[in-house]
Amino acid sequence: MNLDFAIFIVSALLAVSGAALMITLKNPVLAVMSMIVSLVAQAVLYIQLGALFIGAVLIIVYSGAIMVLFLFVIMLLNLRGAEDLGKQSSPVKLSLKFLFGLILFVELVFIIKTGFMHGNVEVGVLAESVNNFGSVAEVAKLLFTKYLYPFELTSILLLAAIVGAVVMSKRDDAETDTISDNNEVQS
Amino acid sequence: MLEMILFASIKVIVVVIAVLTGCAYSTLLERKVVGHMQHRMGPNTAGPYGLLTPLADGLKLIFKEEIRPANVEKITYLLAPVISFVPAVLTFAVIPFGKDNTFFGKDFTFVLSDLNVGVLFVFAVTSLGIYGIVLAGWSSGSKYSMMGAVRSSAQMISYEVGYGLSIVGVIIIANTLSLRELVELQMGPLWGTITFLPNWYIFSQPLGFILFLTCVIAETNRAPFDMPEAESELVAGYHTEYSSMKFSMFFIAEYANMIAVSSVGATLFLGGWHGPFLDSMPMLSVLYFVIKVFLFMFFYIWLRATFPRFRYDQLMALGWKVLFPLALFNTLITAFFVIL
Repeated sequence: MNLDFAIFIVSALLAVSGAALMITLKNPVLAVMSMIVSLVAQAVLYIQLGALFIGAVLIIVYSGAIMVLFLFVIMLLNLRGAEDLGKQSSPVKLSLKFLFGLILFVELVFIIKTGFMHGNVEVGVLAESVNNFGSVAEVAKLLFTKYLYPFELTSILLLAAIVGAVVMSKRDDAETDTISDNNEVQS
Repeated sequence: MLEMILFASIKVIVVVIAVLTGCAYSTLLERKVVGHMQHRMGPNTAGPYGLLTPLADGLKLIFKEEIRPANVEKITYLLAPVISFVPAVLTFAVIPFGKDNTFFGKDFTFVLSDLNVGVLFVFAVTSLGIYGIVLAGWSSGSKYSMMGAVRSSAQMISYEVGYGLSIVGVIIIANTLSLRELVELQMGPLWGTITFLPNWYIFSQPLGFILFLTCVIAETNRAPFDMPEAESELVAGYHTEYSSMKFSMFFIAEYANMIAVSSVGATLFLGGWHGPFLDSMPMLSVLYFVIKVFLFMFFYIWLRATFPRFRYDQLMALGWKVLFPLALFNTLITAFFVIL
């Protein structure tokens, strides 16, 4: 057993168990934390594949920014455990959930099986990294040539979301006036 | 293989001990400098010039009674100090703190791990540091801690944007993300022509340097941007409910963060371990690096003694309306000149 294999096993286990804990834990803050553990473990897996840039970005964007917002929302709503999560769903809804879960699982098994059967999936701890796969330059090249349109479309989507947030947080004129008056008094 | 692991572990231990000692003595430095700036002596009883004060502080904190409030969320409350402490120390894994050298016929690199995305690693690790503060504030079950945590998460996310953008200029010029290569690129005279100045990025990126300095102060929650712990409003902010060694973990984390961003600043803008007479005495490089980090630390302490605390809305306005556009402008200008 070499070092690479050990690192792979540990981080793969952490990634999967973190994901499992995230959906089973009742305490929302602990759930967020296990998701962070899962994300960091995934980043380690990327780095092990040689995709240093993707691994770093995964931590910066997801663990560093998005999960902080999750925590932020949970803190502001002050969710502190199972009693805040709402009542148990009805038996019909519950069985529907299980049904969809089962369908997804079967699909997953099917995909993995066909992949192995046709032998076009690299199996093993470390597939050989090809052409600086996942390095800054390679990612940028793909992003600005092959995937330029999806990339730009995504940025427009994000822009729309930002504009939406600004519009929603903007108050009516009358309200704004009183607020600014208050500010003047305070300052 | 075994020898390599052993060697690497020794290096890690030495660096961690050096950083922790640095943290301990930064507290003394801060108290001394602020004291003298306010016409006081600062701590001077324990040992000559008060040099044993950090030791005495540490002993006192270890032997203090630990008080845990009844309504804390136990797991997160216990984890938070560790979570804030670990990322602060992790940063030093990629910082090159000296010129490569040979000892006893062995090559020796003064960097724990020379990642080719070192800058990104620093950002990734810095962005994880916020969890310690947020979780500490949330799990304490106290309104002061909660306020501190909410403030800090908003503040740190806002200033991380400026922090990241402020060094994009340097990266555009250098065309690399490896901290070691960045240091090597800063050798020689400025732009290859001006002989009396070194080729440090502080001269080619003055605006970037100022933005970096401002943003890292907010990022490490130091005065005048120390909103998360503003003692006149929030008692002590996110660590109000912590006592004994857990409190000191936050304290150490704050100083470790300061030293970490100072090292990053010294590496990116002040030429890392560069200095004169390195060819004859390579060991001087470590000294130069320490001096540069010390300059940053002194600047921090100087600021704390000089400026009053910002108001929270002023802080956010400064971050989003001044620093962010300026950083974008800096990036644009730099890219323009590089293309020319």
